[in-house]
Amino acid sequence: MFEVYGEPFASRFLLGTAQYPSPQILADAVRASGAEILTVSLRRETAGSGTGGRFWDLIRELNVKVLPNTAGCHSVKEAVTTARMARDLFRTDWIKLEVIGHHDSLQPDVFGLVEAASILSDDGFKVFPYTTDDIVVGERLLEAGCQVLMPWCAPIGSAKGPVNTDALRAYRSHFSGVPLVVDAGLGRPSHAAAVLELGFDAVLLNTAVAKAGHPVAMAKAFAMAIEAGRLACEAQPLEPRDMAVPSTPVLGMAVFE
Amino acid sequence: MKLTINGEPQEVASATLAALLDELAYDHEFLATARNGDLVCAEERGDCVLEAGDRIEILSPMQGG
Repeated sequence: MFEVYGEPFASRFLLGTAQYPSPQILADAVRASGAEILTVSLRRETAGSGTGGRFWDLIRELNVKVLPNTAGCHSVKEAVTTARMARDLFRTDWIKLEVIGHHDSLQPDVFGLVEAASILSDDGFKVFPYTTDDIVVGERLLEAGCQVLMPWCAPIGSAKGPVNTDALRAYRSHFSGVPLVVDAGLGRPSHAAAVLELGFDAVLLNTAVAKAGHPVAMAKAFAMAIEAGRLACEAQPLEPRDMAVPSTPVLGMAVFE
Repeated sequence: MKLTINGEPQEVASATLAALLDELAYDHEFLATARNGDLVCAEERGDCVLEAGDRIEILSPMQGG
């Protein structure tokens, strides 16, 4: 069971809702994934279009928890106002906090992130911060009131998978007991399995499913990998060794010479 | 009076934010609004008096990652 801000979830798969070929494929992918938490966003609405309403109807039919994001915000003020607008619209105090520091890399502005997390936590929000794998920043986010940390494993949408496994291992070890969600950079189910094996509690991804050739099948594949990774973590994997070690017992070998 | 609505200059007649949404034919149920960079809650729109030059943001749910 994955627990965050006091709420238990059977699934460790948090799924984004953007970039799917169609609303129907989005809905089918969500069902195939078993995800109980979906990320959503806010954008300017054209008068009379009804676009936002149709999307929101589709999400509500899926009967899941929504996690609004502040994607695209580059300043503390933008992120804080967007979070407050999201709370007003989606009627949830959950917020996936993104304060982007660079247009190309989409790397978090960790200084703005900590500041915004503090403002929003004081305002009653339950903040899910998209951050780097920097442990000191993680500590500052906890001090700011966050009860979950969401480090990237590679740049958003890059599909590279964990590029610095040592850093993730150290992060997990340092933040023992804190719910940790790997957010951004996952490309394949094996990447998700790998971070779950390292002890991360859950993953959040979008592009890897939505832009796959068959999003519904990929959603299912990720769900299976996440479950396998978690089971492997609980089963305590063997640590790598530098030397060969025979798996078949040598005691009792016949001697023919 | 001239406002900037979702980044575009627009001439409108409404005195309040709630009236503006009606004037522009928005569906209130699925919107979040801000005036000059600060949230205006759904229940406060009727009391939100507009002034010339105000920057209004009208947002709705959208796919997100």
